Amino acid sequence: MDQVIQVFFNGAILERAWPFLVRGVGMTALLSLVIVPIGLAGGLAVAMLYHLHVKWLNRMLMAYVDFFRAFPPLVLMLFIYGGLPFLGVDLPLFGTVALAFLLNTSSYYGEIFRAGLESVPTGQVEAARSTGLSRWQTMLWVILPQATRNVLPDLVGNTLEVIKLTTLASVVGFTELLNNARNVQALTYNATPVVAAALIYLIALWPLVRLVSRLEHKSIAVR
Amino acid sequence: MELHRLVFSFFNADVASRYWLDIVYGMWVTTYLALAVVVAGLGLGLGLALARAFQFKPANVLIVIFADAFRALPPLVVIIVLFFAFPYVDLAMSAFTATWLSLSLVLAAFAEEIFWAGILSVPRGQTEAARSTGMSRAQALVYVVLPQAVRLTIPPLTNRMIAITKNTALGSVVAVHEIIYHASSGASEAGNPTPLTLGAIAYLILFLPVVIFSRWVETRFAWKR
Repeated sequence: MDQVIQVFFNGAILERAWPFLVRGVGMTALLSLVIVPIGLAGGLAVAMLYHLHVKWLNRMLMAYVDFFRAFPPLVLMLFIYGGLPFLGVDLPLFGTVALAFLLNTSSYYGEIFRAGLESVPTGQVEAARSTGLSRWQTMLWVILPQATRNVLPDLVGNTLEVIKLTTLASVVGFTELLNNARNVQALTYNATPVVAAALIYLIALWPLVRLVSRLEHKSIAVR
Repeated sequence: MELHRLVFSFFNADVASRYWLDIVYGMWVTTYLALAVVVAGLGLGLGLALARAFQFKPANVLIVIFADAFRALPPLVVIIVLFFAFPYVDLAMSAFTATWLSLSLVLAAFAEEIFWAGILSVPRGQTEAARSTGMSRAQALVYVVLPQAVRLTIPPLTNRMIAITKNTALGSVVAVHEIIYHASSGASEAGNPTPLTLGAIAYLILFLPVVIFSRWVETRFAWKR
């Protein structure tokens, strides 16, 4: 038991690791705050283009979405990280990571928004148009609010997944929480920093997990 | 940007001929790992959901804590804790075992929640009717409730299985010899990203059919009101 505390919950080590963990949390939060909105915007764009129902365009969008759903995000990140320099493109690390996440998350958000837009009955569009709203106004004020509400559990659930995904950035040396924790672990030869990082993820994301559960159960109850 | 340079970097036939066999071997490891994760994860998830249906409070609290924790923790963090932290207390496991166990636990947590939602969606009258014909609680659950529940769970389960089996790529971080491990070590050895291209193609060969299959599943098992 003593050994377990020494190795996993070592106070002295935690004190040394703490500043790195705090900085890591900051970077993880920053990365999440950048990629969730761009992912949402990208996904919404994909879904709205799909909703125009242009045949060739829809085939391309479907291919885009399926392509990036089949592609593990880590592979995408390593490919962009390792491949771009060979093309003579020199992106900063943050840009590389954000680009990989944008391609991945926009296809997932795109699928969710698409399902949402399809769930709004066509009568809603006809009624809105007959009151004199333009097509854009109808989309913005009538369809989107209902579509978003219908797929809210999935949107929140995917956002949770995106935040968890930020850990992959540690693999290419982006100094977020997991990366910092692993570096301190290697320096101190003690598991405490990594265990502490795991607990931080757990405490920070648990409320979101509960929220997703509640939304999901509610949407099942409605049916 | 000349086309020549692009081809030399990403589609170098010479480099490809040296590394394609490694990638094929990696595909085998990825497939094997993914199947092992699906079997263990779905089995454990279903078991937990069925146990939860018996409404034994202390067990239910533990199940909910398990499901919440492994849905909140990023899979890479679980893998790293299992692989790098447990050896300090003499509980070392191979990279393959650590990856398999981590992903199975994560899949089990999600599967439990999905199965449980499915069980809840079956109207209570079904259980009551089954019980009144003389079935035991377990019989009613297995023969009446579960078959109706499973239908609803298939689309979300398929999506979750794809998402988690794709995470087998995370095994490369602890040096499981799957696709991306061979692809990135090949790329750094050759000083050329062609092995990464091969790795990317390998993933598409494995997962694109699964994604297309999941689209079919989604329409086939769509919830009909």
